[in-house]
Amino acid sequence: MTFIRSLCLALAVAGLAAPAALAQSGPLRIEITDGVIEPLPFAAPTFIAENPGAAEVAQSISQVVAADLVGTGLFREIPPSAFISPVTSFDAPVAYADWKAINAQALITGAVALGSDGRVNVKFRLHDVFSGAELGKGMQFGGGQGDWRRIAHKVADQIYSRITGEGAYFDSRVVYVSESGPKDQRLKRLAIMDYDGANVQYLTDSSTIVLAPRFSPAGDRVLYTSFETGFPRIKLMDIATVSSRALAELSGNMTFAPRFSPDGGTVVFSLEQGGNTDIYSMQLSSGQSRQLTNSPSIETAPSFSPDGSQIVFESDRSGNQQLYVMPAGGGEPTRISFGEGRYGTPVWSPRGDMIAFTKQNAGRFHIGVMRTDGSEERLLTASFLDEGPTWAPNGRVIMFTRESAGAGGAAQLFSVDISGRNLRAVPMDGSASDPAWSPLLP
Amino acid sequence: MIKYSTILLVAGALALSACNNPDRYGAGGTGAGAGGAGGITAGGLGDPNDPNSPAYFQQTIGDRVLFAVDQSTLSPTAQQTLGQQAVWLNQHPAYTAIIEGHADEQGTREYNLALGARRASAVQQYLIAQGVSANRLQTVSYGKERPLAVCSDEACYSQNRRAVTVIGAGAGV
Repeated sequence: MTFIRSLCLALAVAGLAAPAALAQSGPLRIEITDGVIEPLPFAAPTFIAENPGAAEVAQSISQVVAADLVGTGLFREIPPSAFISPVTSFDAPVAYADWKAINAQALITGAVALGSDGRVNVKFRLHDVFSGAELGKGMQFGGGQGDWRRIAHKVADQIYSRITGEGAYFDSRVVYVSESGPKDQRLKRLAIMDYDGANVQYLTDSSTIVLAPRFSPAGDRVLYTSFETGFPRIKLMDIATVSSRALAELSGNMTFAPRFSPDGGTVVFSLEQGGNTDIYSMQLSSGQSRQLTNSPSIETAPSFSPDGSQIVFESDRSGNQQLYVMPAGGGEPTRISFGEGRYGTPVWSPRGDMIAFTKQNAGRFHIGVMRTDGSEERLLTASFLDEGPTWAPNGRVIMFTRESAGAGGAAQLFSVDISGRNLRAVPMDGSASDPAWSPLLP
Repeated sequence: MIKYSTILLVAGALALSACNNPDRYGAGGTGAGAGGAGGITAGGLGDPNDPNSPAYFQQTIGDRVLFAVDQSTLSPTAQQTLGQQAVWLNQHPAYTAIIEGHADEQGTREYNLALGARRASAVQQYLIAQGVSANRLQTVSYGKERPLAVCSDEACYSQNRRAVTVIGAGAGV
């Protein structure tokens, strides 16, 4: 209950982001009633091309901005056919009455200039139609020609944040495993893309099995598990140069399930020796490792709290998979999952307030969230096989793997709001698994 | 049952080398570090009726044992198979083996890797207890990454919860 309420509060604070002058005229905001949201109608006339060459990119940017907002499930775009007055100039006064008449609560205006050197400059304003004023100040973003999608995401991030009061997340990337081939000989390769499935770039070929990539806190490196040597081993890749190295030589058969610490200096992971899997940490600078759990049971899938003080992980020490929290340096773990079924792949929210997990119960798989003490568990999805949640940078949306059943079964990436709403497949070609969401890009 | 499907696969001498471990590698050949992938020729695998051939080990003795859901305990049937595997390995000291542990798809990826390792280790320990030298036996877990049977029900899952003893070329081969 507290959980739902805080969610409502979080979404209802849009007015706080608005200038004080707007407060008495009814702030532009998104309301949640009993978890059901009426999407906020907005109008986003195609951004004005400030020179002839900019028309195409202006159109594209407008589409991406609208797609970002609509994709949240919190906004509804009013089709241009309903518009009463065209927007012909970025600086001309806005005819608020015309937008009010079509029930647009938010109006987004923008202009795009394309320099002779290919640089793209985008200006935008967000208008609270019913208040008849701007919500926040107009802004502009500039970048190279190849950056236009990122610029569009940054504009949409501003709009999303101003209206919801939530942190931004559109200007982010996802590293994942691209899959092809039959189920018994699946080919897997690392790939990276924008959060919305655009700009796919492959980071490895498919000559060896690769699993579960994880971003560094700065988003510049990726930890993953590779069968390159014939045995599962953790590798560390620099994304810019697409070069990888083994994490370090460790005794034991298999190293896997790596994640960075919030400061990026430590990796926590699982190491298997003689059939037994425990959790270790390793300082990247020195290569020194330390054993954090010491139990004959399976301890894996460790994930740091954002303040770096604690680690949540899964263990079957009770007889089946459950979630535990321990101090980051090791020590007595506290069990936090007590519901029916098995719990695995815990991931701490970037906000620190929740833990997402995979739950297996009665032959079904679920993605769920709970408070960090295990209270207020809520299942967000159900299917034949859902697993491996990853948090959007703002801690409001979760992406995960959904795999279909049978000989022709295939994996796909899905996302869902932490309210359980807005379950949708990430638009992309082909099969994919093991997503990891990057931090917000700079 | 399991032997049958394997025998059907190994139809010809050439097919032998390609199919000796149908569950083992992706088309891209993930097994760079596996002992036998490049070293064993069709001739080297030999005839399943020849008690000295790896093919005999694989098909006549049986190269795999199966496990119950979420378990790594060796059943009496599994122990019987492993007992024969140990006899063969003890009689053919030139060969090494990699024991592959696998899980069915009903589990999370990381857990299944750990579970596969448990299963491979259970087999390794059993063979060692039967006198096979530890330094001839490596283990690797594939988790749920390489199912043998691809349907999504128990008929397939029971075949996928397995540990496979893959004979590699030893020093003398």
